Amino acid sequence: MNSQPEAHRSPSMQPPPIGMLAELTHRCPLQCPYCSNPVELTRKREELDTETWQRVFAEAAELGVLQVHLSGGEPALRQDLETLVASCAEHGLYSNLITAGVNISRARLDALADAGLDHVQLSVQGATAEVNDHIANLPGAFDKKLAFAAEVTDVGLPLTLNSVIHRANLHQIPDLVELALELGARRLEIAHAQYYGWALQNRGALMPPREQVMEALELVEAARERLKGKLVIDAVVPDYYARLPKPCMNGWGRQSLNVTPTGKVLPCHAAETIPGLEFWNVRDHALGDIWQESPAFNAYRGTAWMPDACQSCDRREIDWGGCRCQALMLTGDATQMDPVCERSPYHDEIQTLAIVDSSRDDEFTYRRFSRQPA
Amino acid sequence: MSADIDTPTNSGEPELQESDVVRIPRGVRLREDKARGGWVLLAPERVFQLDPIAQQVLTRVDGERDVAAIVDDLAQAFAAPRDRILADVRAMLADLITKNVLEVA
Repeated sequence: MNSQPEAHRSPSMQPPPIGMLAELTHRCPLQCPYCSNPVELTRKREELDTETWQRVFAEAAELGVLQVHLSGGEPALRQDLETLVASCAEHGLYSNLITAGVNISRARLDALADAGLDHVQLSVQGATAEVNDHIANLPGAFDKKLAFAAEVTDVGLPLTLNSVIHRANLHQIPDLVELALELGARRLEIAHAQYYGWALQNRGALMPPREQVMEALELVEAARERLKGKLVIDAVVPDYYARLPKPCMNGWGRQSLNVTPTGKVLPCHAAETIPGLEFWNVRDHALGDIWQESPAFNAYRGTAWMPDACQSCDRREIDWGGCRCQALMLTGDATQMDPVCERSPYHDEIQTLAIVDSSRDDEFTYRRFSRQPA
Repeated sequence: MSADIDTPTNSGEPELQESDVVRIPRGVRLREDKARGGWVLLAPERVFQLDPIAQQVLTRVDGERDVAAIVDDLAQAFAAPRDRILADVRAMLADLITKNVLEVA
């Protein structure tokens, strides 16, 4: 099937991006089976150096980026993290550290705060040590996270707790809300697993049953109402059971970009799963040129690439055609309508697939580097 | 990862007193957005694009002046009826407090 999109170069300038995900490294002490990193992980020697990242931050600010999410892997495994945070601050970029919180000492946290860090997003894999450490495949991780969270609030940095939700922790949503309150978080993200990369490999171990998902959605809604003004709760919906697709990335190449550890610039973190897309690298091109002109960013920008059924749909600029990676994965064609949409001919098929996977009893395949090539 | 873009609305709930002092908490930043024009309030995973009125109000939120002082200043600067400004400012600040991007000092 055809997954090679035609280029639809817009004649006018693209509005600038708002957010940039900087994946500083793929190295990570955790092995979460739903990790959003690609299955083929990048090694340390291939990572961008400090100077290149500093240039990327300068170019991002110039381009119009307002917020930078320092992520990984575990970004604190970069020895130069303080320098990179300072570079964001120097260029007026709002910096958000997305961390597992198991390897940042108090002294280092102080240094990051002094460098101008704006916000910390801490992942928790569950609301108890037993669940958390099993999912992360790291004994002792939960206790370290709790200690780190206390230090973050003690330093005075705002804290968000993020938990990726799936069959093994769905029952802990009320406990996660309590945990966020206890830890003094101002924000909680309840993010249902999105099935790409590692999560796709683990779908038979992660997919929750439909009725539990619906129940969880109601719980989150009730908590959000109850805690208004105290805790902001954001939810990422589990889209296999949905009727309408998510507005993935708020539209391809519309608001955000993603720089990989090796410097490739992607419209979303899973975009490399789509064959035939040409990604440009910050080693070869200025970030602004990549945003405006690289073939990958223009492939699914706007609405011109959409199939007729989407182009004539009144939601075309609400959900922007949903997710390209998911369309490819489930239909074999990245230009198809997102099969989550109830108007897709594949819609029933993926609902069935989710129900089948939710009743399987698979073990986790933990996220790991593949064996070192000879 | 992608920031929601919000605009302040007037649906705030907690009633603010004129003697309350409001401040922008750590982790929230007010700045000019040269690429798009105008000003923005940057918060965790959120960007609030401010209209010129919201910008005028928020640039006066310094954690020292109380609501009454901000309203007086605006009423003078824009030669507008104080009552109306008070109602608007209260609603806007209360809404941003509910969204956790402002706090009562």
